Amino acid sequence: MDWQPLVLTFKLAFVTTIILLVIAVPIANWLSSTHSKMKPVVETLVSMPLVLPPTVLGFYMLVAFSPANFFGNWLNEWLGIRLIFSFEGLVVASIIYSLPFMVQPLQAGLASISPTLKEAAYTMGKSKRTTLFRILLPNIKSSILTGIVLTFAHTVGEFGVVLMIGGNMPGKTKVASIAIYDEVEALNYAAANNYSMILFAITFAILLLVYLINGGYLKRYSR
Amino acid sequence: MIEINLTKKLRSTGGSMLLDLELKIKKGEFVSLYGVSGAGKTCTLRVLSGLLTPDKGRIVVNGTTWFDAGKKINLSPQQRKIGYVFQDYALFPNMTVRQNLEFALQKGQSKSIVDNLVAIVELGDFLNRKPSTLSGGQQQRVALARALVQRPEILILDEPLSALDHKMRSKLQEYILKVHNAFNLTTILVSHNIGEIVKLSNHIYELHNGRVVREGKALDFFNAERNSAKFRFTGEVIHIEKEEVIYVVSVLVGNSVVKVVTDREEALALTLGDQVFVASKAFNPILERI
Repeated sequence: MDWQPLVLTFKLAFVTTIILLVIAVPIANWLSSTHSKMKPVVETLVSMPLVLPPTVLGFYMLVAFSPANFFGNWLNEWLGIRLIFSFEGLVVASIIYSLPFMVQPLQAGLASISPTLKEAAYTMGKSKRTTLFRILLPNIKSSILTGIVLTFAHTVGEFGVVLMIGGNMPGKTKVASIAIYDEVEALNYAAANNYSMILFAITFAILLLVYLINGGYLKRYSR
Repeated sequence: MIEINLTKKLRSTGGSMLLDLELKIKKGEFVSLYGVSGAGKTCTLRVLSGLLTPDKGRIVVNGTTWFDAGKKINLSPQQRKIGYVFQDYALFPNMTVRQNLEFALQKGQSKSIVDNLVAIVELGDFLNRKPSTLSGGQQQRVALARALVQRPEILILDEPLSALDHKMRSKLQEYILKVHNAFNLTTILVSHNIGEIVKLSNHIYELHNGRVVREGKALDFFNAERNSAKFRFTGEVIHIEKEEVIYVVSVLVGNSVVKVVTDREEALALTLGDQVFVASKAFNPILERI
């Protein structure tokens, strides 16, 4: 069995999750505390990938990143990055595609914290940054964990966007979901089943772990 | 000296209201803000601490301008360094009591102040506990100590004792008086409880619909039209009962219930929960050892 698609899948999910965590914290922090008129617009944009067919997203990214167009050409000439049919392209696409899965739990978590915690820290002379890292984030650990896991799992399960923008290049863009589709097309059901079973088992294990941690079951046993 | 002269349009539950304040609070005073819910008491505290920005006016504290709408000066809450005890205590759930207190330390500040405060409010036994495992009174003491770690000149108390039982209340009132004197604080208290206000403060402002409607010295304030009485307690009306031609009003004073006979008009003017004085002038009260 070829392990490459699985390794690539988890590498993609890992990189995407790490980058998204960094990007989503400031976005969620802003959304949870702002009264700006732009808030509904930003919220809509963040949530769009939830409802938009992945192929639509993939199609527009394919167009945007293509070296035949201005943006793709600029990336290619100035930064030497080609985002179509490459792993980097998959990462960028996954970040956009999984954005709501990270932002929404963080935003909900931050909104659930009593505003007086933040205000108390401010009256003690603490900066917004210190307050965020020492008070707000440590108190929404379960939301952070939920965001991380949903993003990771969602990226593992990605198909449409990857197919549109990455294609099916072994070792570069052929992730597990594509490999399964490929094997089924070739009527190679045994190989498809291998990939599927592994994804099924790992996804189950990850989600179970989250519910155990967030439900406090592990703590109860460790006491 | 704290000079507040400002306006701020507020959206409250009963529509919009104009907060229109003119206060002069002397250094070292213990001031209470009194009034019905929604009168603008908490908003006054928030405006002073910088958590709420006024529309117009000025706030000058000990000669330093904290806010001036005309000159576009507006110090952030961080720069104002006010000790603020929130109604819900706002203790950080992720930190132990000690960590809560040490978080409030300023850059380069010695930790000795923490130990000092711990001793004053007697928190020594709880230092390694998380706030969620403490009782209301213990949480309150942590909040009070934490507000004082940065050595503020002004202490703000937003209904700090409203969630506590009577015994805990009087104990904590003593802690508050103790720190007010020990740290030379100017303290501003919001409270509904007349007994507490009289016990703690020098000066009282009554707020109604965003304005100061009355002010005065603590004891005179609640006793404006009455003569001096022989003895007088404050209490809460908990029961009104009609018996034949008279009415019997039960008043909770401290934790004992006092029954007072009144006529119809007096009884009808009262509603359950009213704060009242129980006073006697003509007769000498009897004291009996128990």
